[in-house]
Amino acid sequence: MAFFKLLRQSPLSARIGMAMILINIAAAIFAPVIAPYGETEVVGDVWLSASKDHLLGTDHIGRDMLTRLIYGARNTIAIAFVTTMLSFLIGSISGFFAATIGGWTDLTLSRVIDILMAFPTLIFALMVLSVTGTSITALIFVIAVLDSTRVYRLSRAVAMDIEVMEFCEAARLRGERTWWLMRHEILPNAMPPLVAEFGLRFCFVFLFIAALSFLGLGIQPPTADWGGMVRENAGAITFGIFTALWPAGAIAFLTVGVNLIVDWFLHIASGLKD
Amino acid sequence: MGKILDIKNLKIEGYSNEKWVEIVHGIDLTLDKGEVLGLIGESGAGKSTIGLASMAYTRQGCRIASGSIVFDGMELFGASKETFRKIRGSRIAYVAQSAAASFNPAHRLIKQYAEAPVQHGLMDFAEAEQKAIDIYRRLLLPDPEKIGYRYPHQVSGGQLQRAMVAMAMSCQPDIIVFDEPTTALDVTTQIEVLAAIKHITEQFDMAAIYITHDLAVVAQLADRIMVLRYGNLVEEGEARTLLDNPKEAYTKDLLSVRTFRKPTDQNDHNQNIILKVQDVSASYTGKEMVLEDINLKIRRGKTVALVGESGSGKSTLARVITGLLPPLQGQIIFEGKELPPDLKSRNREHLRQMQMIYQMPDTAVNPRQKIRKIIGRPLSFYFGMDRKKRENRIIELLEMTELPEKYIERYPGELSGGEKQRICIARALAANPNLIICDEVTSALDQLVAEEILKLLQRLQNELGVSYLFITHDLATVKAISDEIVVMLQGRIVEQGEKQEILTPPHHEYTDLLLSSVPEMNPDWLDNLLAERQAAQSL
Repeated sequence: MAFFKLLRQSPLSARIGMAMILINIAAAIFAPVIAPYGETEVVGDVWLSASKDHLLGTDHIGRDMLTRLIYGARNTIAIAFVTTMLSFLIGSISGFFAATIGGWTDLTLSRVIDILMAFPTLIFALMVLSVTGTSITALIFVIAVLDSTRVYRLSRAVAMDIEVMEFCEAARLRGERTWWLMRHEILPNAMPPLVAEFGLRFCFVFLFIAALSFLGLGIQPPTADWGGMVRENAGAITFGIFTALWPAGAIAFLTVGVNLIVDWFLHIASGLKD
Repeated sequence: MGKILDIKNLKIEGYSNEKWVEIVHGIDLTLDKGEVLGLIGESGAGKSTIGLASMAYTRQGCRIASGSIVFDGMELFGASKETFRKIRGSRIAYVAQSAAASFNPAHRLIKQYAEAPVQHGLMDFAEAEQKAIDIYRRLLLPDPEKIGYRYPHQVSGGQLQRAMVAMAMSCQPDIIVFDEPTTALDVTTQIEVLAAIKHITEQFDMAAIYITHDLAVVAQLADRIMVLRYGNLVEEGEARTLLDNPKEAYTKDLLSVRTFRKPTDQNDHNQNIILKVQDVSASYTGKEMVLEDINLKIRRGKTVALVGESGSGKSTLARVITGLLPPLQGQIIFEGKELPPDLKSRNREHLRQMQMIYQMPDTAVNPRQKIRKIIGRPLSFYFGMDRKKRENRIIELLEMTELPEKYIERYPGELSGGEKQRICIARALAANPNLIICDEVTSALDQLVAEEILKLLQRLQNELGVSYLFITHDLATVKAISDEIVVMLQGRIVEQGEKQEILTPPHHEYTDLLLSSVPEMNPDWLDNLLAERQAAQSL
């Protein structure tokens, strides 16, 4: 009930954001139904311009762009979402843990994270992925772990500020366990910056996957993903064909949608009235 | 005497919830040359806002809506920036509450002193330096020739506050606005600053607006007093007349505040000792001792007041007792049994019996938990109560702390400071403790609200027989609520005993200093005290 009440009070920008995300999710879920062709089906000539048969034209090997875009939503959104969730789970739990326990635990964890962060992310990912192979599970795990170092830094810093507040001391004096402190005292107060970070990280994850795909270690062809599609069709720009802009536009579309909602969350969470 | 400042029908608005709301409702204020006007009221009375408005300035989010502010024949409302630049700092100066937050830590005091007069082109730096030394001397600062060359962190809080008064004096302004200049200071330091301010306003025959919530402080300085509440004038009059013969009920309330006294118990000689602190020494670093050889006892159903100024180690003692800081040596004996020194090795029952209430109710409750959860958590944690039982008990606790039942659904942000403190009390009571440690629980509250909290605590003690360890720097609170008093200085106990014993002379030297430094409503108190101390020194 409270959720519906919240929805009714949502500002226009948040509603637009929600609509944008719903379109994407609908496309992802019903891909086989709405897509005019098969995901990997070659249907025409290379880089055809938009026509009645191919609303967005065809890609570099003659697959229908619209179909690829719809299937791409499936992979891109699902992978990016799962990855971001996972990285937040790992990062915030270990960050809160380090801040609450302090001492040696904090020191050890933080130095390990420092070591992970010392490697350029892309190179580190390449190294690990070339060992583990490029399955989607491996991809998700590697990116999540690498991304979680940033989340760790943020959540540790935020939790440090909250941890010294008297209500945390009161909870400690009551005899509460670390988990309760993290879950009930720190997390609710750390939500606003974490939610904002989530919106940003979510977008970075696509870009990261795209970069990996570009180097051949991301989502493997013929599976459609937006980042990969930009890369595959980027060459067409030199011939004045703007096919690559469609998947790029889709990334922008989703990113803007996510951030509109994140802004609204932040607004509620920070308790600002205007 | 001529008027130096004449404010008429001043209305100030503040921006909140997307509209402008009037917060000061048409105040008239006049100030003669050489006169000290006291503005008094509780938080939200608009006293600081009015004080700042005397130089036609408002804080961010406020604006002067209408009225006229005439300073020395000049209309300031709607005046040009150029006029403000000329007047502010040079002809009207401002002294803020927290000197520590108002000084730039990166520059020496004297450089900050000289900034205004040099900028206003009144004198060059060398001249300003000479003036500064003179003013430092007049403000009774130690070592006036050298103190200006220190950085703000190298002088004490009271000295810094005086350095700030000196800074305000630098251009020899016609008016100084003092905004609670002594509120953040210890009582013994407060005396120094009050004496300095009084001295200098008399010497330079300067007009001043003195803003405070403490009637006793303003009584020492002001010629005339205005009592404010919710942006309205309650009463105005000559200081002595107003103090002797207040007309309005609110002023009477303010005057009679701190008269609450604990009924002295007649036949109840309960010798049952609940907490015993034995030979405790503690340190944060392992080297410098913060506490040394602390011995104290708390009896069942009694209140022990732990008094001392900031840095005396009283909060550290609370940390040692609760187990947050294990002592280097000594024992904490609770209900006849020695408690493990650190929090982690104490069991739930130990923890339950000892609860704590904090100074700042804003940070002592989690802003993202509803009152139901704040009070309900100890109930389920210690007693494993189910939802229904818990709900009943929470309502009971809210009733005990005189809060309406509907607050159960609210977040702390929707409550006032006093109400939040009541929630903290309810949370402590939820554990059915035998001892509650109250760490400066009334310091952050307005006086009238604080008094209500003290009464509530006393009533609860009578009903439940809970003991209090009452940590405070405020001797008025001590007089009100304690059975026994422990006086601390620099990590040691200098005197302890029954309230009557401590409060009747002869005192220990330091206790005497503390007691005599608490301002009294009598306007001659400061003069008498200073004369007395001087006489004692010359002996």
